[in-house]
Amino acid sequence: MKNESTLKNTISGSLSQREASLFNWAPQKQDQFVFASMRVLSTFVILILVALMVMLIKTAWPVLADQGVKFFTQSIWNPVDEEFSALPLIYGTMITTFIAVIIAAPISIMVALFVNEVLPPKLANLVGLFVEMIAAVPSIVFGLWGIFYLGPFIKNTLAPFLKETLGFLPLFQGPSFGIGVLTASLILSVMITPTITSICREVFKTVPAMRKEGALGLGATKFEMMLLTIVRPSFSGIVGAIVLGMGRALGETMAVAMVIGNQPQIKASLFAPAATMASIIANEYAEADSEMHIAALCGVGLVLFVLTLIVNLIARSIVWNYNRSSK
Amino acid sequence: MREWHLKYRKIKNLLFHFTLFLAACAVIIPLFMVIQYVMIKGFNSLNWDFFTHTPKPVGEVGGGMKHAIIGTFIIVGIAGSFAIPLGIICGAYLSEYGRGKIAALLRLSTDVLTGIPSIVIGIFAYLLVVVPLKQFSTLAGALALSIIILPVVIRSTEEILKLVPRHIREAGLALGLPRWKMIFFIVIKGSRSGLITGVILAISRAAGETAPLLFTSFGNMYYSTSLTNPIASLPVQIYTYAISPFDDWQRQAWAGALVLIIIVLGLNLISRLIMNRQQLGFGRRK
Amino acid sequence: MTETDNTVLKVNNLNVWYGDFHAVKGISLEYQRNTISAIIGPSGCGKSTYLRCLNRIHEETPGARAEGEILFQGENILSKMVDPVRVRRSIGMVFQKPNPFPGMSIFDNVVVGLKLQGIKKKNVLMEHAEKCLQKAALWDEVKDKLNRPGMSLSGGQQQRLCIARSLAVSPPILLMDEPTSALDPIATAKIEELMSELKKEVTVIIVTHNMQQAARIADNTSFFVLGDLIEHGLSEDIFTNPKNKKTEDYISGKFG
Repeated sequence: MKNESTLKNTISGSLSQREASLFNWAPQKQDQFVFASMRVLSTFVILILVALMVMLIKTAWPVLADQGVKFFTQSIWNPVDEEFSALPLIYGTMITTFIAVIIAAPISIMVALFVNEVLPPKLANLVGLFVEMIAAVPSIVFGLWGIFYLGPFIKNTLAPFLKETLGFLPLFQGPSFGIGVLTASLILSVMITPTITSICREVFKTVPAMRKEGALGLGATKFEMMLLTIVRPSFSGIVGAIVLGMGRALGETMAVAMVIGNQPQIKASLFAPAATMASIIANEYAEADSEMHIAALCGVGLVLFVLTLIVNLIARSIVWNYNRSSK
Repeated sequence: MREWHLKYRKIKNLLFHFTLFLAACAVIIPLFMVIQYVMIKGFNSLNWDFFTHTPKPVGEVGGGMKHAIIGTFIIVGIAGSFAIPLGIICGAYLSEYGRGKIAALLRLSTDVLTGIPSIVIGIFAYLLVVVPLKQFSTLAGALALSIIILPVVIRSTEEILKLVPRHIREAGLALGLPRWKMIFFIVIKGSRSGLITGVILAISRAAGETAPLLFTSFGNMYYSTSLTNPIASLPVQIYTYAISPFDDWQRQAWAGALVLIIIVLGLNLISRLIMNRQQLGFGRRK
Repeated sequence: MTETDNTVLKVNNLNVWYGDFHAVKGISLEYQRNTISAIIGPSGCGKSTYLRCLNRIHEETPGARAEGEILFQGENILSKMVDPVRVRRSIGMVFQKPNPFPGMSIFDNVVVGLKLQGIKKKNVLMEHAEKCLQKAALWDEVKDKLNRPGMSLSGGQQQRLCIARSLAVSPPILLMDEPTSALDPIATAKIEELMSELKKEVTVIIVTHNMQQAARIADNTSFFVLGDLIEHGLSEDIFTNPKNKKTEDYISGKFG
């Protein structure tokens, strides 16, 4: 009995003391304080992004003011002579990304279908896990593999083969030292495939089994069923996956930097070395001394930032619309 | 006529399946080869010295990457201690108070930050820290990595906390708790495993980043823990050795790549295990 | 202001709107100490809305607006000057869906209200937890597994855990919003059993869609239809001799 009343006193004592152990404020005030603090911290994060954009523009300003639009249209990038134009780098980024997506997109969709629909569930989960793990492998590891395995492979095997069969195309002319646009594009396609495949798998999984069985029950072959009930309705989801893969390819730095040769130039041949926006920054920034050089690199960074921003916003709106329409 | 058409469809079906199988091989085999190549080469290059020694003078055989492994721990550790609490609080703000202009702007900023190439984030860290200090530093590298970690944690925190049903929150308030205590000690505390999963994934991604460190923490051939000087990190050390002309350094690059893969994939798998365990726990309810 | 010494809560002309929808229309009721009062009526008639005003948890629903007086210990708890946190420490609530806090053990669930108010001493918490679990008729079933997750219990046990959790902060009034509607008959019976012991210490106001339950456990019953109070009084009067035709129709199953 004594314990009971001591207990009651302890509790009611605490209640009237309010939070003696923490703040001595009324709960309403505590909540207001915490809410305000969270808002301040959130604003801080927003300001980080704003600061990033402002500083990028500010540092790139000298080269943009000096050259204006010519920064994007001329094709010399020469740090020694202090001549900087972003076009060769924009070209490098575009062509490698383009080829990578052309190769990776159809293959990724097919792999997603294969894993989801053809493989037995346990094997499907295993393979699916394997693919997702690959997406987590750091870029530098792919770069390493690129230099020491893929590069020589292209130089010794793939390039001669392409020259023999398709050598009449300007795309496949000229010498190949294993380092160049083709190598970089191939590595990129390997790297973005897991991204596109995983997203496509998720999208395909949302098709209810009933719909698939309905198609089969009508006498469709598995191929027809997949096309009708999975691929066609998920079209915008697939596009979203591809756009996200493209976004990743645009920003990919290390693997590309290690196998593209880092020569800012625009050549027709896929065997030629080139440079991308990301790779030039990776290669030159640490040693860039002059204000103009750094400004030019920041200008390139700005273009890259805007490009990936646009691509991500497009992907965001596709995903948003897809979620809206499928609900 | 009908029979022929049916046969045609069946052949298409078979061809399609064959193509799918080819595509799967075209993807899975090279990926498998990459991993296997790296693992074998890395394994053969690994020795005890790798973990216990710092580099030998240029050109000499031997030495290790102890300084780089520790460096990665230091940079990621500093980055995480800044970005993780901030990320969780902002994620909680979005899930618990999610309406209004600041919340909308925060969501937009998080999306944008997630999509920025890490090298551009490196430029920002350079402009903010390396320029004023007039030298490369651990702090600059940590800033770059923290900006990479931050949006990932914000996003995953918001998603995890949103899973907590409304009536749990009401039950917390009904006990006479101020809202902030309900948020932190019931909602956030109760979502521990999900939040930790998100954090581990963010950290594993940051640990593997090379590009933003190239001109922020820069790299160091010597062991250093100074915050205002360059510091080695595993990915950068791998890169330095990989593009060098020295055979032994290239061997060590492979060893480093193996260690890096083990760390990154290991963290990834651990986070999946935690997530699965938690889901199993929910499944036990009758 | 207080009619009798025994009145613990007095509701005066309570009106509640959800946006433009008038959910509770001018209800006035009194509640006596250590009684169980039930609120019955067809679905969607404002019972839960009314109940949720009594501990101001209606404020969690966007667009909800309450006007009127709810007098407790001499104050109108609806007033903006009164902190809802303080109200809820004296007026607890058990919800329809059992909701033990995730990621917490059974013991942690029971004492969380106390811990977060600053009581940290292990033995004090332990004693109190045992007492509350006994009042909730759960102690015997969980005394050996206090460290197991709260969510590993069955539905009925979880609801009793929630009752213990609410009792731990010693509220004089306990609100229950259809506490057994998500439970099977056996679990329901167990909870109804503990009510008679419960009312010796707290005053219970329970919303239920099951009028047999109200007849079984409640001393007083109020009958709501579409936000209006149709009739209220001693349960035995309401169920055997209803004064209002609507009440009679509802009880004999003609509608609802």
